[in-house]
Amino acid sequence: MRPDPLGRFGQFGGKYVPETLMPALAELEEAYYRYRDTEDFKTELDGLLRDYVGRATPLYFAERLTAHYARPDGSGPQIYLKREDLNHTGAHKINNALGQVLLAKRMGKARVIAETGAGQHGVATATVCARFGIKCVIYMGVQDMERQALNVFRMRLMGAEVSPVTAGTGTLKDATSEAIRDWVTNVETTHYILGSVAGPHPYPMMVRDFHAIIGQETRSQCVEKWNGLPDILMACVGGGSNAMGLFHDFIGDTSIRMIGVEAEGEGVLSGKHAATLTQGRVGVLHGAMSYLLQDSNGQVQEAHSISAGLDYPGVGPEHSYLKEIGRAEYYSVTDQQALDALQLVSQLEGIIPALETAHAFAYLETLCPQLSGNPRIVINCSGRGDKDVQTVAKALGNLS
Amino acid sequence: MKSVSEQFQALRDRQQCALIPFVTAGDPDLATTAIALKTLDRNGADFLELGVPYSDPLADGPVIQAAATRALQQGTTLDDVLELVKTVSPELQAPIILFTYYNPILNRGIDTFFKDIAAAGAKGLVVPDLPLEEVSGVLESATQHGIEVILLVAPTSPKERIQAIAEKSQGFIYLVSVTGVTGIRTEIQSRVKELLEELHSLTDKPIAVGFGVSQADQAAQLRTWGADGVVVGSAFVKRLANTDDPQAGLADLEAFCQELGKAVKGT
Repeated sequence: MRPDPLGRFGQFGGKYVPETLMPALAELEEAYYRYRDTEDFKTELDGLLRDYVGRATPLYFAERLTAHYARPDGSGPQIYLKREDLNHTGAHKINNALGQVLLAKRMGKARVIAETGAGQHGVATATVCARFGIKCVIYMGVQDMERQALNVFRMRLMGAEVSPVTAGTGTLKDATSEAIRDWVTNVETTHYILGSVAGPHPYPMMVRDFHAIIGQETRSQCVEKWNGLPDILMACVGGGSNAMGLFHDFIGDTSIRMIGVEAEGEGVLSGKHAATLTQGRVGVLHGAMSYLLQDSNGQVQEAHSISAGLDYPGVGPEHSYLKEIGRAEYYSVTDQQALDALQLVSQLEGIIPALETAHAFAYLETLCPQLSGNPRIVINCSGRGDKDVQTVAKALGNLS
Repeated sequence: MKSVSEQFQALRDRQQCALIPFVTAGDPDLATTAIALKTLDRNGADFLELGVPYSDPLADGPVIQAAATRALQQGTTLDDVLELVKTVSPELQAPIILFTYYNPILNRGIDTFFKDIAAAGAKGLVVPDLPLEEVSGVLESATQHGIEVILLVAPTSPKERIQAIAEKSQGFIYLVSVTGVTGIRTEIQSRVKELLEELHSLTDKPIAVGFGVSQADQAAQLRTWGADGVVVGSAFVKRLANTDDPQAGLADLEAFCQELGKAVKGT
C-alpha cells in the first residue's frame, strides 16, 4: 500500500511543513479516510462527476494521428486519447477539485484557497466553489496571469478572488508558496485545495485517488474496445496529477509501459527548462521530498516552460518513486517540439490540446519509430488548448 | 561560548528572561550582519538567531522573505554564512542559533551540515519545515556534533503533540505565538498566555516565544506571562533594511535592542 502511514513512497513524500499545519494535515487525512468510502460521499461525488463534469470521458481512437505514425506497410502504433479535455472546465483538474470541495464542505471549512499555474486548477477550484457557494481565493503568479489571461477572467467571472503573486518569477512555485502561507495563517477556517500530486501528505495520495478514475475508466474502455489492456500509457508531467490519474490503476500491470513527459523548455543545455525528474536531484519543496531543480547550494531554481502548467521545479513524490524503482519512464521535450505537436494534433484530429498536453503528444515523434508491431498507446489528453491560443499565436507568428 | 542549554541555565539561575534577536545573514550585506551580531551581543541579546537565506521561505512573512531575497541576490551562500559565524562567534558571549529551511541541509548532506556548523561555532538550530515526524533523521548527527535542535510548538498543536515536541526539543522550546507566518503584529494573542501555562505544566525546559513579537511592551508582557525567552525577528530585520545608510540602521538596531533588553529583564 502506497504511501506508508507517514506519507512515504520509498524515500519520497513526507510532511515537511511548519508545525502550525501539522494538525490540519492530520485532520484532512482523517476526514479523507472517514468520508471517502461512505455512501453519502460516493453518491454525491459520482453524481456530480456524471451530471456536472460529464464523465465518463471517451477513449477516442486517433485515426489520422495513427496513420501519420504508421510504417509504409500500414502497421504501427495505435493511438488512443483519453479525452479529459472534454470535462467541464476543459481539463482533468476538476476531478480533484470536486472531490476536495466535498471534503471541505464536510469538514465545515467556509473558505477555500488554491494555487494555479496554467489556471486550469484555479478555474476548476473557482468552479466548484461557485457550485457550492464557498468563498474562494486563487493565488497565481503575475507572469502566469499575463500568459493565461483568459483563465484569470474565467475565475473572476465565477466569483473567485485572484490574488497576484509577485515573488520570485511570478509562476507556479511562488503561487504555491503563497497559498501555503495563507493556509498557515487561516488554517482553522480554510481548506487548501492543492492542485497536483505534490505537497505534504496526504495530498499526493488524495489528489491521485481523486484522479484515479481516469485510469479506471480507461481500463474498462480498453476491455470494451478490444477486450484487452493498453501497451503503453503516456502523459505530460509537471506536478504530475494527470499522469498519476492515468497510471495509478495500471501500476500492478507490469507489462504496461508508463511514460511521463516533462517540459524541457528551451533545452536542457540552456538551463531554462522544467525537466525535474530527468535533470533534478532529490530535495524538499512545498512539504515533500522528491526530485527538485536546485542549485549547488540547495536553493530552488526557477523552472522555464512555454506551458504554465508544467513550469514547476518540483514533481509529485510518487513519480520520483516510480522513476527510482524503474516502474515508469520519464523523458522531456522542448517548447518547440510541444508547439509542433500542438499544431499536428490540431490539424490531424481537429483537437487543439493544451500546451501541457502537447508535450505528451510531442514524445510520439521519438517513441513511435522505436516501437515494433501495433502496440496500443493511450495518451492522456489532459486539457484543451483554448486557454493557450494567445501564447501559441505569439510563438508561431501569424498562421497564413 | 556556552551551549544553548547552559546559557538558559545561567539565565534561570539569575531568574532572567532571554532576549533572542533574529537577523538574516547577508542583508544588506555580510559585513553589516557581522557588525549587527556584535552590536546585539553587546546590547542585551542572550542568544543570536541567524537566518540562512533561502529561496522558498514558507514560514516567513514579507519582511524576512524580502531580506532573504536580497541576501540571495547579493550571492550569499551557506558557506558564506558559516564563514561569518566562524569569524564573529569567538567575539560573542551569546550562543548562535542558526535558522534554516531543510533543503539546504539535505543538499549539503545531513552529517556534513552538522559537522560544518559545529566547526563554525553555531550552538543551536531551528528548522521551520522539519516537524516532529521528520526530525528524527537529523537528531543523531546533531547530538554527535553537539548542536541542539530546537523544535517549534504552534497555537494549533494539540496537547499530545505539545508533550511529544517538548520531550524531543533540545535547548528550549520555540513557541510560535501566532497562527501564521513571521512578521510584525500589533498585539500578542491572549491564547499565548494559556499556551505558556500549558507548556510549563508539561515540561521543565525553557520556552521562548516568537513570530509576531515586535515591540518592547509585547516582550514585557510575554515575560510576565511566564516566557523564558522572547524572539524578535522582523522588527530587527526591518530596521537593518529600512535605510539607505547601514550606519543609521545599525544605530537603530542598537537602540531597539537595548529597549527590548530592558523590557525582557524587567528593568
